[in-house]
Amino acid sequence: MHSTEPLLRVEALRSAYGRIEALHGVSLSVAAGEIVALVGGNGAGKTTLLRTLSGVQPMTGGSLSFQGRDISRASPHARVAAGIAQVPEGRQIFAPLAIEDNLRLGAYLRKDAEIASDLERIYSLFPVLKERRRNPAGGLSGGQQQMLAIGRALMSRPTLLLLDEPSMGLAPVLVDQVFEIIQRLNREDGVTVFLVEQNAFAALSIATRGYVIETGEIAIEGKGSALLADERVREAYLGV
Amino acid sequence: MPELLQFCVSGLTVGAVYALVALGFTIIYNASDVVNFAQGEFVMIGGMTTVFATAAGVPLPLAALGAVLVAMVVGLLLHRLAIEPARGASPVTLIIITIGASIFLRGLAQVVFDKQFHSLPAFSGNTPIRFGGAAILPQSFWVLGGAAVIVAVLWAFFNRTLIGKAVLATAANRLAARLVGINTSFVMGLSFVMSAAIGAVAGILVTPITLTSYDVGMLLALKGFAAAMLGGMGNPLGAVVGGLAVGLLEALGAGYISSTYKDAIAFIVILIVLFALPGGLFGKASVERV
Ligand SMILES: Nc1ncnc2c1ncn2[C@@H]1O[C@H](COP(=O)(O)OP(=O)(O)O)[C@@H](O)[C@H]1O
Ligand SMILES: [Mg+2]
Repeated sequence: MHSTEPLLRVEALRSAYGRIEALHGVSLSVAAGEIVALVGGNGAGKTTLLRTLSGVQPMTGGSLSFQGRDISRASPHARVAAGIAQVPEGRQIFAPLAIEDNLRLGAYLRKDAEIASDLERIYSLFPVLKERRRNPAGGLSGGQQQMLAIGRALMSRPTLLLLDEPSMGLAPVLVDQVFEIIQRLNREDGVTVFLVEQNAFAALSIATRGYVIETGEIAIEGKGSALLADERVREAYLGV
Repeated sequence: MPELLQFCVSGLTVGAVYALVALGFTIIYNASDVVNFAQGEFVMIGGMTTVFATAAGVPLPLAALGAVLVAMVVGLLLHRLAIEPARGASPVTLIIITIGASIFLRGLAQVVFDKQFHSLPAFSGNTPIRFGGAAILPQSFWVLGGAAVIVAVLWAFFNRTLIGKAVLATAANRLAARLVGINTSFVMGLSFVMSAAIGAVAGILVTPITLTSYDVGMLLALKGFAAAMLGGMGNPLGAVVGGLAVGLLEALGAGYISSTYKDAIAFIVILIVLFALPGGLFGKASVERV
């Protein structure tokens, strides 16, 4: 299917909480420049998968490679340094720290001279963060916290951006805004996106390709548009 | 009145030491959720190492520096050998580990040093300074000044440096800290090393006033813990205020009631906080835990 090595290759990935296995051998790939969506119901294993990709959840089997290199054993900070950033489920901002400190910590591993200009870029993307940059991040509304979590992840200048349900708990207007920004980052900055969503319609609409995960296994895969038209997907996830 | 002033000065002096011990508790607690009951042993190591190094002819400033370094190494080893391997264990297990470490360090100190009480010469002599009818030992100013410098340095570290902010981030949200690339295990080790250094400095500064021996750590840990609880566990400002308050209460209690009950004050503070003020004076730190 791909002539070249994909940016991210996940093979037969297994992960467990204690003795209970949550991922039973997940295989998927993300090519450079793509937006790949992963949709599935509550408890299907989406968050577990993303955490395993970032190295904060142990894997019990299978393999992971990024840019052609095996990262199965790499520490979370080594993966960030390699170019994988995650916007975690529930935003997970540093609530007592100032908004600007949250963003600056996103660039924690960077040593280059362009951190300040990247900060300005994030502020131009999310002006409300600039207005309140000295305030504790915990005072932001849910939508603003989501912007902050995205901005923080971008501050690492990721090659691959993992997003875990960025639309969860947001008002519809904000959902549109978030998805627009994801598309813009992909188009203008060339960031490859792996997007996890329960909001299957929105995710598949902007995705190059998509996967459906059910109880820890990939059930269906295909082009975003093909999945939107797929009978099983429509019934199970789009409520049609 | 001069009497009251006298009690207050001696109370604030020991209180500054309790405050430093409480800060040590706070830093480790925030970075790793561990309540480190070996915190008092850092104070002991600071005092005892300086005593024995000066006795061996090392000049005081060098001996003090060496003592701080020794404590920092012990702090690092404590984290690497006892805390890190037990990662994920319950808080109670971790507390028992630190109590074990405290007993071990006390035993080791008996062997490496001895079981006697020791003092250090006061840094600026023993001529009391008369102030409002009270006689203040110059060493008191060393203790209070040293504590003030440590608080200022800590403030700058946490508010002005990226690594300091990484420590705060780890305290606020460990998962997110790991996801931005912070090596949280390094941050926890760092918090042990910092707490050890702070404890050691406190031990060196206060030894000319209170003497030291291999087992002073136990009571200091208890009083520092009372101070940290009084201020609200995890709150650095609370730790400082709590420390000074416990010191003052002790001195006033000893002065006006009876010195027999001096060491009971800390227990009473712990009990009152537990029953009446579970969040401490400053409530739980603004640190949010998930
Ligand atoms: N911390 C945890 N401890 C034990 N089981 C968990 C934990 N987190 C998730 N699980 C289980 O793992 C499975 C996958 O969960 P998750 O990855 O959160 O799904 P999703 O993100 O798709 O909603 C579920 O059965 C869930 O109950
Ligand atoms: Mg989830």
